[in-house]
Amino acid sequence: MYRYDEFDRAFLAERTAQFRDQVARRLAGDLSEDEFKPLRLMNGLYLQLHAYMLRIAVPYGTLSSVQMRRLADVAERWDRGYGHFTTRQNIQLNWIRLEDAPDIMAALAEVEMHGIQTSGNCIRNVTADQYAGVAADEIEDPRIWAEILRQWSTNHPEFSFLPRKFKIAVTGAEFDRAAIRVHDIGLRMRRDPGGAAGFEVVVGGGLGRTPLVGRTIRDFLPKDDLLGYLEAVMRVYNALGRRDNLYKSRIKILVHDVGAEEMGRLVDAEFRAIQADGGVALDPDLVRRIQDHFAPPAYASAPADPDAVRALERADPAFARWVATNTAAHREPGHAIVNLSLKPHGRPPGDATAAEMRAVADMAERWSLGEIRVAHEQNLVLPHVRRADLPAVWRAAQEIGFATPNIGLLTDIIACPGLDYCALATARSIPVAERLADRFRDLDRLHAIGPFRINISGCINACGHHHVGHVGLLGVDKNGEEFYQITLGGNSDNDTAIGRIVGPAVSSAEVVDAIERLVETYVAIREEGETFLETCRRVGNGPFKESIYAAA
Amino acid sequence: MTGQIVTANRLTDGAVVFRTGAGGWSTRVTDAALLDAGAAAAALEVAQADASRQIVVGPYLANAAAGPDGPVPVEFRERIRARGPTVGLPGAIQD
Repeated sequence: MYRYDEFDRAFLAERTAQFRDQVARRLAGDLSEDEFKPLRLMNGLYLQLHAYMLRIAVPYGTLSSVQMRRLADVAERWDRGYGHFTTRQNIQLNWIRLEDAPDIMAALAEVEMHGIQTSGNCIRNVTADQYAGVAADEIEDPRIWAEILRQWSTNHPEFSFLPRKFKIAVTGAEFDRAAIRVHDIGLRMRRDPGGAAGFEVVVGGGLGRTPLVGRTIRDFLPKDDLLGYLEAVMRVYNALGRRDNLYKSRIKILVHDVGAEEMGRLVDAEFRAIQADGGVALDPDLVRRIQDHFAPPAYASAPADPDAVRALERADPAFARWVATNTAAHREPGHAIVNLSLKPHGRPPGDATAAEMRAVADMAERWSLGEIRVAHEQNLVLPHVRRADLPAVWRAAQEIGFATPNIGLLTDIIACPGLDYCALATARSIPVAERLADRFRDLDRLHAIGPFRINISGCINACGHHHVGHVGLLGVDKNGEEFYQITLGGNSDNDTAIGRIVGPAVSSAEVVDAIERLVETYVAIREEGETFLETCRRVGNGPFKESIYAAA
Repeated sequence: MTGQIVTANRLTDGAVVFRTGAGGWSTRVTDAALLDAGAAAAALEVAQADASRQIVVGPYLANAAAGPDGPVPVEFRERIRARGPTVGLPGAIQD
């Protein structure tokens, strides 16, 4: 894992002290709310429906057990004892007191954490494949580059007042787990014919009011050119991105308006100018130091297929099911990646209590070399588990309710906080997720349905990624009542697609029944081995539309 | 009777507060003064002065109806704001 150097520490100490002073001046009346608001937002502190909310960055979704323990301490001491992991791989605390915020920032800084660049019109926390560094299908650990991007973008004066917020996602793997095509910039590592690693550069993806799939403007960019090239993208956006209309200010609108080809030409021209001017030099020593931080750990040799695990799989179908659903292939023989489901049936998706966070920290220390990942699907991951330890990890996960074998299945629902917490929301998300999870709590049924992603957003801003759910639900307010617009056929991995609206929004009372009828229709019409997404693509919305509105 | 109440967030901790008839702020919506249009506009002006004095943030008017125990917000969003999240806190939920 990356550890702060002197520069990082000094920067964060300075920002923490500045923030303490800013809060003191606000409380004393020396700063008005209008003056203070941009300052608190630069540190991730929002004013939400019921209280201040602190969004804490988890860079590229990687956490140490020490950091997780500190998050638990902060949640317990200064909040109400729980936090919410988000689709940006961050964690949000919902009940923060402004008076406490400086002490919280100081407590986080001690473990190299903060809320900087989790809000505002800057380059936000860079997200990454949650299996980075351990995925069996990976070219290189993308976090090396995510960390370089973090250092490059932190407090970068040229990119601190962009037309709008800016999100970058990066993956080093063949299979896209980081939803890179729905980010302002998506980076996917690939190899050129000579075998050298570089990046495919995708720009102009995004969800929200105008959902668009990002376009590839460079098939292969050598790694050493990454900063110069991205600087060129940012400059083109900074110069041409619209500042006159909030709804047209994201880079996706620019790319859509000028076209991907022209965008590529503009960026290339800027990139050449940057290079002619000396380029954005990467200090090789710095790159080497960062690479060292992400060097694969020294795994002890471990049996590839331990007898005890095989025996338990035969003896206990619940364990076998969990292994099949919640673990993933690891690049190191004898190891597995373990997903901890933060979707226990009947709980808000992505929430964890302080006690659960500590239990996960314990598990990471015991079985995962002290490392934890946050997935954008709002689950936690133990990236370095010996296969021989799987039975023990499973039992420990069961104890805290994080062993539900539902990763990638219908109840592994992505949901934003919605109107229960969020000042922007128009409808609630969590109660719909809970009701759906309750309806489909039967595990045999869940597994018979197969891969199925439901994403729920409580407003058009789409924090719940509803456009790229196989089934997407968007909460809307219709004359003071909650209704849900349904989209079908969305997807966020290699063949990213925006879901198609199926028809009029359905009422909150109707929505769970409507989804159940839709699922039953799928099960009835699917061909052998066909996933919901495949069926949906084969037959279109028609049959599902009929079933959704059957009783209406 | 339907009318309006003045609501805001308290500066120090962000708590949802409602302006009372006595001119103070309460975290209970039932303590809120239910006002007609004229009185509401005047109360909002005074509340804005409280915002300038670091007591509250962002005061505004919300529609409310008279209930048996005091005002009840009309809009769904305001009812959630007054009452808190409609989902239990995770530690308290029995699976």
